[in-house]
Amino acid sequence: MEFVEKAVIMTSADMNRVLTRMATQIVENNPDLSNVLLVGIRRRGVPLAERLAAKIDEVDEVKVATGALDITLYRDDLSTVADRPVVNKTELPANITGKTIVLVDDVLYTGRTIRAALDELIDFGRPHRVQLCVLIDRGWRELPIQADYVGKFVTTTENQIIKVMLPEFDETEEVLLVETK
Amino acid sequence: MTKPTLIKNGRIIDPSQSLDAQRDLLIREGRVAEISESIDAPDAEILDASGLIVAPGFIDLHVHFREPGQEYKETIESGSRTAAAGGFTSVCCMPNTNPINDNSSVTSFIVERARESAIVNVFPIGAITRESKGEELAEIGEMKKAGIVGISDDGKPVLDSGIMRRAMEYSIDFDLPVIDHCEDCCGSKNWAMHEGEYSALMGLKGLPGAAEDLHVSRDLLLAEMTGARIHIAHISTAKSVDMVRQAKARGVRVTCEVTPHHFTLTDEDVYRSGYDTNFKMAPPLRSRADLDAILEGLRDGTIDAIATDHAPHHANEKMLEFDRAPNGIIGLETAVSLTLDRLVHRGIITMTRMVELLSINPARIFKLDRGTLKPGSIADVTIFDPEKMVTIDPNASLSKSRNTPFGGWELKGAPVRTVVQHRER
Amino acid sequence: MPLNRKDLLGIEDLTAEEIELILDTAETFRDVNARQIKKVPTLRGKTVINLFFEASTRTRTSFEIAAKRLSADAINISASTSSVVKGETLVDTAMNLQAMAPDAIVIRHSSSGAPHQISRILKASVINAGDGAHEHPTQALLDALTIRQNKGRISGLRVAIVGDILHSRVARSNVHLLVKLGAHVVLAGPRTLLPLGLDRLIEQSPGTITFADNIDDAIADADVVMMLRIQLERMAGGFFPSLREYSIHYGLNRRRLQLAKPDCIVLHPGPVNRGVEIDSDVADGPFSLILDQVSNGVAVRMAVLYLLAGGSESSK
Repeated sequence: MEFVEKAVIMTSADMNRVLTRMATQIVENNPDLSNVLLVGIRRRGVPLAERLAAKIDEVDEVKVATGALDITLYRDDLSTVADRPVVNKTELPANITGKTIVLVDDVLYTGRTIRAALDELIDFGRPHRVQLCVLIDRGWRELPIQADYVGKFVTTTENQIIKVMLPEFDETEEVLLVETK
Repeated sequence: MTKPTLIKNGRIIDPSQSLDAQRDLLIREGRVAEISESIDAPDAEILDASGLIVAPGFIDLHVHFREPGQEYKETIESGSRTAAAGGFTSVCCMPNTNPINDNSSVTSFIVERARESAIVNVFPIGAITRESKGEELAEIGEMKKAGIVGISDDGKPVLDSGIMRRAMEYSIDFDLPVIDHCEDCCGSKNWAMHEGEYSALMGLKGLPGAAEDLHVSRDLLLAEMTGARIHIAHISTAKSVDMVRQAKARGVRVTCEVTPHHFTLTDEDVYRSGYDTNFKMAPPLRSRADLDAILEGLRDGTIDAIATDHAPHHANEKMLEFDRAPNGIIGLETAVSLTLDRLVHRGIITMTRMVELLSINPARIFKLDRGTLKPGSIADVTIFDPEKMVTIDPNASLSKSRNTPFGGWELKGAPVRTVVQHRER
Repeated sequence: MPLNRKDLLGIEDLTAEEIELILDTAETFRDVNARQIKKVPTLRGKTVINLFFEASTRTRTSFEIAAKRLSADAINISASTSSVVKGETLVDTAMNLQAMAPDAIVIRHSSSGAPHQISRILKASVINAGDGAHEHPTQALLDALTIRQNKGRISGLRVAIVGDILHSRVARSNVHLLVKLGAHVVLAGPRTLLPLGLDRLIEQSPGTITFADNIDDAIADADVVMMLRIQLERMAGGFFPSLREYSIHYGLNRRRLQLAKPDCIVLHPGPVNRGVEIDSDVADGPFSLILDQVSNGVAVRMAVLYLLAGGSESSK
């Protein structure tokens, strides 16, 4: 598939600002930060969760625990995708029961990834609350799922793709809107 | 009174009269009437053989027609039609039917069934020992009277060298060749393929070449001692070919045959097939070095005949696990094409030598009044096209069975038609 | 890189990359197996048939647990209860199972090549759980996983495989795998039980295969010693005279193990004939990872089922 770049939605500076804001919101909503666990959804949610944790540390000098969730084994489209996706590790603390978990992902789209993430979390224990934090909400939900913290709402058409570029995986740091040719 | 047949414009190759030239051939009353450059016979039916080769009818020394006993695999009728389609005008049937052809009543049954239903000449071979158990001699003299042309316990080796010695001595009285299935078991009961690198890789129980060589060496010594005529069936190893070569030089009365699959395939093909049971037969497909030695034996005259070991098995039986599936493949319809493609067109043998291997020599070994187109001889004729391209289609076989490893093979050269004692097929 | 194949018939067909993918995936499933809830919904609605023509509690249970932890429906069919005894051919049995539309068939058979034969006619993925003396790919994969966990690598290791190599599917699969991943494999055992020539057809790159003259030479300097189970019926077959003599000349004991590297590990596909191919104090000793092998077995089989049994038709 070939893509045409339509627009830069966030620059690196924008992203930094948005993450700072969301970190603040997370702190405001969760007075007991020691009970909070920031869980990034692989792949791009993981560095975003780590950056949020760093921001919280900067602002409040509190070290919030982080984790990583690989939802591959919980996907509902495994029997339709052509190739078996590579499974990566899920890294969570031993016990998540009673914790407030903030799930972190780059883009909220159909909501199916979040559904899978919730199912996986429940298999690990019974969290007190689960909140959702996403950098971009592009609409087109297929399940009744909404985010608690959103970096930016973007109106999209179905043939468009949001590309979140992070230095951990990509050459640049920005968010792009691209369209399939 | 049958109508005469005139085969026109063919290239007649008949080594029995040192003939290789374009000639017309006239057949009257089932016998060769005349061969000359141009024949006019207004009363004859004319077969145009332009561009084709006309040879004395091909003789397969080694077939298994499953009648009596396993008619679902093959009958004398279906087998004979398969033979005719493959360019053979005569076949010799191994005795391992059910019951085994170890007495004259079974021999007579086969002769009678052949007369009723076969469209080629069917010559029975009798068992060496009762029920081919290798223990007591069968009534060889009685079977000879009923029509056998040789004796063999084919499918099984005669393991007791004492019995084999007696069989050889006794065979001299009836002027019958002893046809020898050479397979000492060598600790390899229930083997599934040739023992070598590929059996090691595939985890299949192997039969070493030495199993054949041990038996061949024993029987060459016994033949030398007794003066009997022996014929080594389906020779498959380099050492056995070499021992036969040396024995011939010493004057031992030994001949041998090779199957088309043993001059075409090796154990590597078993491996490439991915456990396809159509690559399982006795003796097993041997190594590349063995195949090379067989080609040399064909070239230098050590090997006397090409025989198919046509061994039909029902598809259900070949659908078993590799180590449990029965041995054997059909071969009557692929033999001529394989001989042309693999031996003649590749320069291993000449076309004349091919006719010797498929007709003259088989007739000589089993003392059949065939294998020549000299005027006055029985007019069995094979006509083939050395240039015709064919693709082997197992489902098009006239055999009742489909067990061939050559499905889909493209080969250059094919039989065109046969004439059997003036009955054109 | 995905595993783009329908079946797992043997290690021989796999590339080094495919083997690494299976091992990496198995690592993830080891974590799943360490969770309190050891079940993931990945293969929900898929059917896995364990078709065992040969008794094997260990391998069958391992595949069954693997399928169930992936939420697949696992059905066990053993030869004694199937129609095979009624004269049905292997192909008939396979066609009948196909009609029930399974997604994967795990087959154990005493005949080499049986999985290859049925894979040609089945739409379902066929996973070889051991065929005759040919291959036992998941055993080699779990052995490799165990070695990798303990040594951090496979490349460059010296691995001795000792015992009845001739009849061993475990040995064949391990030889293929270890050589592809760059290990130096040394084979040893009674001369009657060595498939000489095996080394000539396997590409010796990046690893190597050699036959040692005796077991001491094979074990000398080994990083890994893999002892094979000796089948008691081989004695009747005349391959060696007595268990006592076998144990003395070809068994692994503490003295022999001292010839190996100090940090050598000992593997055995099980079940162990204590006191025959391996002394009890070695089997239970600190070098032995025999129980790690068993738990890695489940993870490897989950990985194989995941990589093969799901997916749409287009991936096959």
